[in-house]
Amino acid sequence: MNAIVFVAGAGVISGIGNNVTECLNSLRNGDAGIGKIKNLKTNHRGLLPASEVKLNNSELAALSGLLLSAPRNAMLSMVAAREALEDSGISSIRGLRTGFVSATTVGGMDKSEDFVIDFIADRSKGRLRDIINHECGNVTALVAEKIGIKNHISTISTACSSSANAIMYGARLIKHNILDAVIAGGTDAITRFTLNGFNTLMILDEQYCKPFDENRKGLNIGEGAGYVVLVSPRVATLLKRDSYCSVSGYCNANDVYHQTATSPEGDGPFAAMSGALSMAGLQPQDVGYINLHGTGTLNNDSSEGMAIKRLFDPYYPKMSSTKSFTGHTLGASAGIEAVFSALAAQQGFVYPNLRLQTPMAAFPFIPETEFLIDTRIKHVLSNSFGFGGNCSSLIFSKL
Amino acid sequence: MMKVYIRSAACISPQKTFNSTSFLDKLVTYEDNKLTCIEPDYSEVIDPRVIRRMSRVIKMSVVSAVACLKQARVANPDAIVTGTAYGCLEDTGTFLASMVEQDEDPITPTAFVQSTHNTIGAQIALLIKCKGYNNTFVSGGASFENALSDSMMLLAEKNNANILVGGMDEITDMSHAVLTRLGLYKRQPVSNINLFEAKSKGTINGEGSAFFLLANSATEGDLACIDAVSTFYKPVDITETTEQVTSFLAAEGVDKNDIDLLITGNNGDEKNDAVYSALQHSVFDSIPTVNYKNLCGEYPTSTAFALWIGAKMIKTNSIPAILNEGTAIATPIKKVLIYNHYQNSYHSLILLSAC
Amino acid sequence: MFDLKEQIIDQLKIKNLTPEDIGDEEPLFGSGLGLDSLDVLELIVLLKQKYKLRVTNAEDGPKVFRSIKSMAEYITEKQVQTA
Repeated sequence: MNAIVFVAGAGVISGIGNNVTECLNSLRNGDAGIGKIKNLKTNHRGLLPASEVKLNNSELAALSGLLLSAPRNAMLSMVAAREALEDSGISSIRGLRTGFVSATTVGGMDKSEDFVIDFIADRSKGRLRDIINHECGNVTALVAEKIGIKNHISTISTACSSSANAIMYGARLIKHNILDAVIAGGTDAITRFTLNGFNTLMILDEQYCKPFDENRKGLNIGEGAGYVVLVSPRVATLLKRDSYCSVSGYCNANDVYHQTATSPEGDGPFAAMSGALSMAGLQPQDVGYINLHGTGTLNNDSSEGMAIKRLFDPYYPKMSSTKSFTGHTLGASAGIEAVFSALAAQQGFVYPNLRLQTPMAAFPFIPETEFLIDTRIKHVLSNSFGFGGNCSSLIFSKL
Repeated sequence: MMKVYIRSAACISPQKTFNSTSFLDKLVTYEDNKLTCIEPDYSEVIDPRVIRRMSRVIKMSVVSAVACLKQARVANPDAIVTGTAYGCLEDTGTFLASMVEQDEDPITPTAFVQSTHNTIGAQIALLIKCKGYNNTFVSGGASFENALSDSMMLLAEKNNANILVGGMDEITDMSHAVLTRLGLYKRQPVSNINLFEAKSKGTINGEGSAFFLLANSATEGDLACIDAVSTFYKPVDITETTEQVTSFLAAEGVDKNDIDLLITGNNGDEKNDAVYSALQHSVFDSIPTVNYKNLCGEYPTSTAFALWIGAKMIKTNSIPAILNEGTAIATPIKKVLIYNHYQNSYHSLILLSAC
Repeated sequence: MFDLKEQIIDQLKIKNLTPEDIGDEEPLFGSGLGLDSLDVLELIVLLKQKYKLRVTNAEDGPKVFRSIKSMAEYITEKQVQTA
């Protein structure tokens, strides 16, 4: 078994930028991607804010090189996965066993929504090409074929923790010497299905979300894709450039509380974070920055905060929720945040938690509100929790 | 890969596979282009308050998972891993339809919540209070195989562990209508008895749920061992397919003469089945073979059903008459290879052996 | 209140109960019918669809949906207000 896995490349597209550089600039400048809905056709336009990628489907098709008939989700995935692949430089090495492990919760749902409008009125209606990529796995396959990966293609779907589990699975495929390199992360486009789904749960904020604020009202939906290229130590030494960081710990645990709510004491988040620390051989005080799940819902932030208090008190690391920039990108969130966290581990970045006015009274810690560079940061913890009690934490460590 | 032990298995399918004392002694016949599951009485296993929100695939899966754990006498496994290509389709369809019909307002949340692909794994975890690793693969025709690979890696990472792994997919009215329009199924009603004689375009739709309790150490009563699992995607031609199979067997140190039985995924569609027949003239030549999709129909996680019959055949050292089309098969059955492809895109190999 | 009970049974798919089984003041949550937060959201939609009433704050749920009686009182009160 390989003992360690390195992050050799990164790619991202989100409401705050179409690549890593643009996203990082927005994070530095405090520019949120949340605003009025422009691309998605929905009755909630103008009523519910969201963080859309600032490209319509035609522009995204051109950028991704995929057909306009492909799901928006696949286009987002393509843009970020290709950036990560090119950034890593692994294509220059011959004979690598390379895999693509991508997470998504909606697959080709945007097209399915168009299909069902005609289909439910008459089963012989609806354009078939709108439904053929409904399955989550098809979105991964479309992108894998386009970037030329055949060795190993997997799709993971565990709601909002999906991409964290994809990164974990990718790292393990390398540790078990099944693959040499894996592009791992996830993608999710905003669809009417998810926007309405979260709206029926009454957890969407009609204003810009305020993660970890006492007066938070809920989340804003976002979209995007984020991938890291994971490589074995052997591959890392063959590359021209040093890796960003290593993936030193991870843990997937179940909260066993409720299908949609996290336990008040944060049992699942606590288990995920402490499991990742123990795998990395770290103590809580070794963590320099936590990229919070921090959706901005009443339930998540109090549950996550409680788990942090239980685990870290009195050594609180710096922390923030970048969902205050990107919105909650669901199945893509852990992939996007893995990119931000890998950069944080490498360069000591601490991103601001925007719009924090009144820190939560229940906790003695306050998330960071300014962009900082703290070169003492050695280890970054990234949290992602989803429906069904799925709680996953990843640790990225400076080399 | 390190081999793992199948401690127990439970399966709900279009055949009498659940809570049955016999092993497929009589074929349940269907005169249709879809085979739907024979469902047990769920209320005996799941609290009615919990069951009210569950769609068919969730009920089938939870009940087969619980039965599997009971057989293995394991109350709480270390992990739950599921594989499903379509996920909770019925709930997805319900929410989509109500969203369109109600023009986005007002609609109820339950179908949305239940439509999430990891609902099955999550519901099992909630029911048995399993706080361990929980993961769901939605990799099309390789979903169950990915779940198996993940489980086998987990077992290699941890001593004395056991893992509940399952594959499931459901037929809904909407999905059957769509897949029929896409030309997947036979246009004329066909009897599943004659599926392989039909020699025409299309197959028959199927569904099911099968769960396995896997462990990294042997226990008396284990059904069989899984030696290895491998998948490959869209081979360019039959030569590449043959090479992939050959290199899998070589990596496992298995000569084709060591394989007592081959289980193949023939589904009655001429073009689909040509792949199997080509291999049977080369790399699989003269290996005794049985098919299974006349029992369960075609669906992306049908290999979970194949694994259930494969493990059972090894354990009972017998081949049900309804599976055997007259091939002389030597016993004991010690090594079984399952080879399946889904629409010639997702190919998979699962190697089983007697413990 | 009988109609309301029927509507609730239908909306929440509680197939093993009849309206007679639900007491007017029996708690709908916890020890009573054992409903949860997801059911609150279902009941909010029920009020919207059947009674044209909007419960905009999910946090009001526990008060309004304490029992059949409290729901009926809420409906009557709101309908008087809008009348």
